[in-house]
Amino acid sequence: MKTTDIAVIGAGPAGLSCAVEAARAGAQVTVLDENLKPGGQLFKQIHKFFGSREHKAGIRGFRIGQQLLEETEKLGVEVLLDAAVYGIYEDRLIAYITDGKDHTIKAKKIVMATGASENALAFPGCTLPGVMGAGAAQTMINVNRVLPGQKIIMVGSGNVGLIVSYQLMQAGADVLALIEAAPKIGGYGVHAAKIRRAGVQIYTSTTIKEVLGEEKVEGVIAVNLDEKWQQVTGTEKHFNADTVCLAVGLSPLTELAWMAGCEFTFIPSLGGHVPIHDRNMETTLKGIYIAGDITGVEEASSAMEEGRLAGVACAESLEYYDENKALELKNQIWDRLDALRTGPFGEGRFTAKLKQLDARRQLA
Amino acid sequence: MRVLNHPILGDETRQFNATIIVDGKQIQAIEGEPIAAALLSAGIKKFRETQKNHKPRGIFCAIGRCTDCVMTVDGVPNVRTCITPVRDGMIISTQKGLGKWGIER
Ligand SMILES: Cc1cc2nc3c(=O)[nH]c(=O)nc-3n(C[C@H](O)[C@H](O)[C@H](O)COP(=O)(O)OP(=O)(O)OC[C@H]3O[C@@H](n4cnc5c(N)ncnc54)[C@H](O)[C@@H]3O)c2cc1C
Ligand code: FES
Repeated sequence: MKTTDIAVIGAGPAGLSCAVEAARAGAQVTVLDENLKPGGQLFKQIHKFFGSREHKAGIRGFRIGQQLLEETEKLGVEVLLDAAVYGIYEDRLIAYITDGKDHTIKAKKIVMATGASENALAFPGCTLPGVMGAGAAQTMINVNRVLPGQKIIMVGSGNVGLIVSYQLMQAGADVLALIEAAPKIGGYGVHAAKIRRAGVQIYTSTTIKEVLGEEKVEGVIAVNLDEKWQQVTGTEKHFNADTVCLAVGLSPLTELAWMAGCEFTFIPSLGGHVPIHDRNMETTLKGIYIAGDITGVEEASSAMEEGRLAGVACAESLEYYDENKALELKNQIWDRLDALRTGPFGEGRFTAKLKQLDARRQLA
Repeated sequence: MRVLNHPILGDETRQFNATIIVDGKQIQAIEGEPIAAALLSAGIKKFRETQKNHKPRGIFCAIGRCTDCVMTVDGVPNVRTCITPVRDGMIISTQKGLGKWGIER
């Protein structure tokens, strides 16, 4: 049977950063990803990243992905693609499917870095072809270079909704409007200003009443919401749209963690039920770690830091680092993570993550 | 519609080097791109019909998670077209319900 020191599930920013860090310490690392291309969410992000310089701000997402991949190659990390992990069994045995066939690999440590998936929204017509996740539209335009439609309604004004709206325009689509149920815009002011300058109207306190069409989207009726989030009759607006993109949040992809038997805690601001972990990113199961959006939805920069943390911690527990060296590295990473979780957008995440770590302490 | 020119990605340089047959019609495609991308570029949005109520479905997640985009490909039903790469000569059909094995002529 195939064996390895550390098996990392997911080749997104968290998984790749973890692999790089652990391999640098001397560990044998195998990364598994179900896609044909590694990089996770980074490969559809053609915009320059926000954040600080040490978190690669100003560099476009897909380039960060390329850099990480080059590093894994240099360090001799094994990256298995078309490898969909479907189970984690006793003694850290991982089962996965490649090319339709079953395989297993046994690891001394496992890091789950499976990311998150987009949330759906229910309204009449929500299952019509043409209603899709904003990330799906982003994959189509930026990775596959195909427009999923011409006249777009974007739902949700977080950073994903704002950025994907802009990218749809860059790809040649018309964004008819961006609608947001809350009374104010969720994402960064700079991103909102950018799409407003491009002529996109942002409607707050507004939601979708209905999507029209028999075989595909042929129009959208939006409606205002009052302070109690109830639809106000008589305020309907009709849009001649052929596509509806939903940017209404992400939920951590935690199936494998549930299956393995990790304990969870419920923190809505992190995306719902999230696995409990300690300051080493280790779950309640010994030798099983998590990193990135699976631990609670944040961003690529924090996903990379959490990945590094898990990488160092795994390397330490396999004795590739002594306690002092590992502590020094981990402290540096924690300082950077704390710095990322500040400011008007980061502070909420800081408290949420504190709660998650507290849950671990309470169990102990 | 294809994105042929792009302010950041530059011009499309790949060749249309594959032909796929979708419900009997020929469509130009690019070897290795997801089947769903080829279909959307040809304006096809409905990929299947649901079993009970025959409601149309298309892509939703584009990363192989939701199974909304499944079609019958080369006689195999329930293939996720958003993550299955195009090969020249593929025969694809809109899937009705749970689908049937074998190529319908
Ligand atoms: C539109 C948009 C814009 C963004 N902009 C920014 C930005 O400017 N700055 C920023 O910091 N962040 C940004 N982010 C957020 C960032 O992309 C994510 O937080 C980050 O990608 C999370 O990294 P990850 O490694 O945890 O997960 P992912 O990148 O999602 O990677 C997870 C990987 O695991 C694989 N996987 C999952 N399950 C399995 C399985 N069972 N078997 C095998 N493989 C599996 C997946 O296929 C995927 O490749 C943006 C996100 C979006 C959607
Ligand atoms: S669109 Fe979701 S699996 Fe293909």
